Amino acid sequence: MRFERLCRWPALAVLAVLFVAPMGIIAAYSLLTRGAYGGVELPWTLDNYIRLCDPLYGAILLRSLWIAAVSTALCLILGYPLAFFISRSGRRKHFYLFLVILPFWSSFLIRTYAWMFLLRDTGLFNTVLLALGWIREPLPLLYNDAAVILGLVYGFLPFMVLPLFATLERMDRTLLEAAADLGARPLESFRRITLPLSFPGIRAGAILVFIPCLGAYLTPDLLGGGKSVMVANLVQTQFTAARDWPFGAAVSLTLMAIVMLLLFGAAKKSSEDLL
Amino acid sequence: MKRALGLYAACVYAFLHVPLAVLAVFSFNSSRFTRWEGFSLNWYRAAAANPQLAEAAWNSLVIGFVSTVISTSVGTLAAYGLWKRRSRFLAGSLYLTLLTPEIVTGVSLLVFFQWLFRVPGLQLGMHTVVAAHVTFSIAFVAVVVLARLRTLDATLEEAAMDLGAPPWQGFFRVTVPLIRPAIVAAALLAFTVSFDDYVITSMVAGVDSETLPMVIYAIARRGANPELNAVSTIVVTALGALVLLSERLRQA
Repeated sequence: MRFERLCRWPALAVLAVLFVAPMGIIAAYSLLTRGAYGGVELPWTLDNYIRLCDPLYGAILLRSLWIAAVSTALCLILGYPLAFFISRSGRRKHFYLFLVILPFWSSFLIRTYAWMFLLRDTGLFNTVLLALGWIREPLPLLYNDAAVILGLVYGFLPFMVLPLFATLERMDRTLLEAAADLGARPLESFRRITLPLSFPGIRAGAILVFIPCLGAYLTPDLLGGGKSVMVANLVQTQFTAARDWPFGAAVSLTLMAIVMLLLFGAAKKSSEDLL
Repeated sequence: MKRALGLYAACVYAFLHVPLAVLAVFSFNSSRFTRWEGFSLNWYRAAAANPQLAEAAWNSLVIGFVSTVISTSVGTLAAYGLWKRRSRFLAGSLYLTLLTPEIVTGVSLLVFFQWLFRVPGLQLGMHTVVAAHVTFSIAFVAVVVLARLRTLDATLEEAAMDLGAPPWQGFFRVTVPLIRPAIVAAALLAFTVSFDDYVITSMVAGVDSETLPMVIYAIARRGANPELNAVSTIVVTALGALVLLSERLRQA
């Protein structure tokens, strides 16, 4: 066999055994019945998917979609000007970009914990506000939806900035010169040239932020404190405390289906691949 | 206009970096409370003397090292295979491992291992954690190495083959030396994501394989704690140094 074809086999084998097979088992379990002591039993059933339509669980799914959407929008609002700034900053570009990438690689868990440290009742914000005498009692900053959204934006902002930077960087600047020569003011040429040309970057960034936000586990767990439950927490509970594996599997597959739909939708629109 | 944009960018950078900076500053606070009372290394001493943290850190290092060696080899080979000939299937699967929600990867591996371990004598432990980490790090390695391969002059390897080298020699003696910085950069990132992971690890770890993020999570869950601030500062600084090194190598 050709050497270059052989090179793919280790990766294919690992992915087949540790990614595809486990997903297959999840798919099978999602159609089975919950066992008496955890685990699964026959018969085959669709009940687990029907249960997802129960208002209690449906609400968690809708809330997750909503929180992910708000976080994505906020990432765009914070990330677009930043990406624009970096793409226009000449030789310091690489350094500025590194400052965005650095937190992306440093511990997500610790970064989430940092917000717990800042927001809790005895945290920095409340301590300072109390000391200044602006408030009498600590504000309930932690354990609510706003804290979760804050944590998600903080965590996934780099995913928005990188693709936006890539498109803004590639943009043909002579178009702006031409617009200026023809009398367009900067704001107008931004609105009519830069913004439309950066739509592929906005789309890529939005998908790269929305997907991890939708599936986020740590942020709602630590900053939402069980009061702001998202889909991933529901999955985790089913596999641990509730010991309802089939239902947990059905929720996992539903989450996976949403992710795949978003990806295929995006792949159709853009011809560019990461790999 | 330009100044306003710079100011806005500065604020976003502050948002990205100040929280960890504050955490680092307070890790040197002598008080247990969020009031500055003077510089001290007490919390670092306390963290260093905590046997649970030490054991977990050791586990994380071992798991990180083993999974990095495996995922770097497998990922580099995969990148080379993809560079020589595109494969939508392999590229797509790797891409999907990057975007699958961690909790889904975690529970699917848990269910898979439980299913496998109906064979007596098998149980969750360091090996299952390593297997899980390899699964999600391969894609990171492949992305970094492939990006470097794309900038490479393919004729160098062809020249080697024209001179009679078999393809595997062309790979090991021409291509690998040329992309070595990218491979090292990829390995550093693979180690970082392995050392960092909580969600997937917590699902597949056994009693003897508690990692540092698992201990950090357990302490964070009980509320903030100055000892944790010290540990966090050490971890973030160490990982930051690795990422900086990796970035340097990638640009070299």
